Amino acid sequence: MNPELRELWVYLSTSPLLGLTLTLLAYQLAYAVYVKLGSHPLANPVAIAVALIVAILTFTGTPYAVYFEGAQFVHFLLGPATVALAVPLYAQWPRLKKLFGASMLALVTGSVVSVVSVWLIAEALGASDQVLRSLAPKSVTSPIGMGISEKIGGLPSLTAVLIMLTGIVGAVIGPTLLKATATQDDAIRGFAIGMSAHGIGTARAFQISETAGAFSALAMGLNGVVTSIVVPVLVHALA
Amino acid sequence: MLASLTLLLVFQLIGETVVQWLRLPVPGPVLGMLLLFAALVVRGEVPTALRDTANGLLQHLSLLFVPAGAGVMTHLGLLATAWLPITVAILLSTAVTLLFTAFVMRAAARQR
Repeated sequence: MNPELRELWVYLSTSPLLGLTLTLLAYQLAYAVYVKLGSHPLANPVAIAVALIVAILTFTGTPYAVYFEGAQFVHFLLGPATVALAVPLYAQWPRLKKLFGASMLALVTGSVVSVVSVWLIAEALGASDQVLRSLAPKSVTSPIGMGISEKIGGLPSLTAVLIMLTGIVGAVIGPTLLKATATQDDAIRGFAIGMSAHGIGTARAFQISETAGAFSALAMGLNGVVTSIVVPVLVHALA
Repeated sequence: MLASLTLLLVFQLIGETVVQWLRLPVPGPVLGMLLLFAALVVRGEVPTALRDTANGLLQHLSLLFVPAGAGVMTHLGLLATAWLPITVAILLSTAVTLLFTAFVMRAAARQR
């Protein structure tokens, strides 16, 4: 690299502008690919954007912390966006009242199934105790999951990654699996996606319909609460 | 747009404050969502400006997960050593949770 270019790179790479612009460009490219491939579930925009960014950061030798300086402005919007989920949820209020009992039953049993199944499968395949504890809260939204992980002796930053992977997996396989089992009610589809794949699943559920998205958001919020109560008890029994 | 964005932030702030204060096991924004939902139920309708702002924010919800998602690069080493149990457990457990939840909810909803 010639000295002038090098100087420019040093300047830009320490400014938040680059991380922010990279995030927006990578996402839009990923989204264009997703649309181009006929919205194929395997072409998940989050997965593609993340892969692009990780490749670019690795190639340019940029640490994640430096990238996040800029990307945090996008990350920050998760807070108000989560609050905004109340709006589509309110639109489902009449349906929600009718499905209240069924939702609560699915919520508590689904939360237990999620924790127990991931623990037993990973344990059978030889995962270490630390990985098991980090995996247990994989289906809840990351701020809750990281808190749970810390409480039970997992690695919070690893949990954040595992939650992310779970969300992408749920968003990719969820709608197809539900279609295969002839689940036609968008409220139930959304709830199941939110239970298993939190916010990333919710983003995907909104592409099915507003009803699916709202019920996914509801399941995500409630599952966080239930799982934080259930995990310490279950892990005590499983470990 | 400005007023409704402020409203969302205010609800988030209330959520964060209550969570810290009562040491609840919920993130502030999730409590903020539940509180805003309760406020909308009491009010009986969604103001048009709030609906537009909410739709705008939620339209590209996936984008907001990208910065945290790129954090995967900080654990590539650990993931490389335990990739088999992690991949299989996440794939199977996510599928099982999804199908189980849908099945229970369908069965329970049909009961009534």
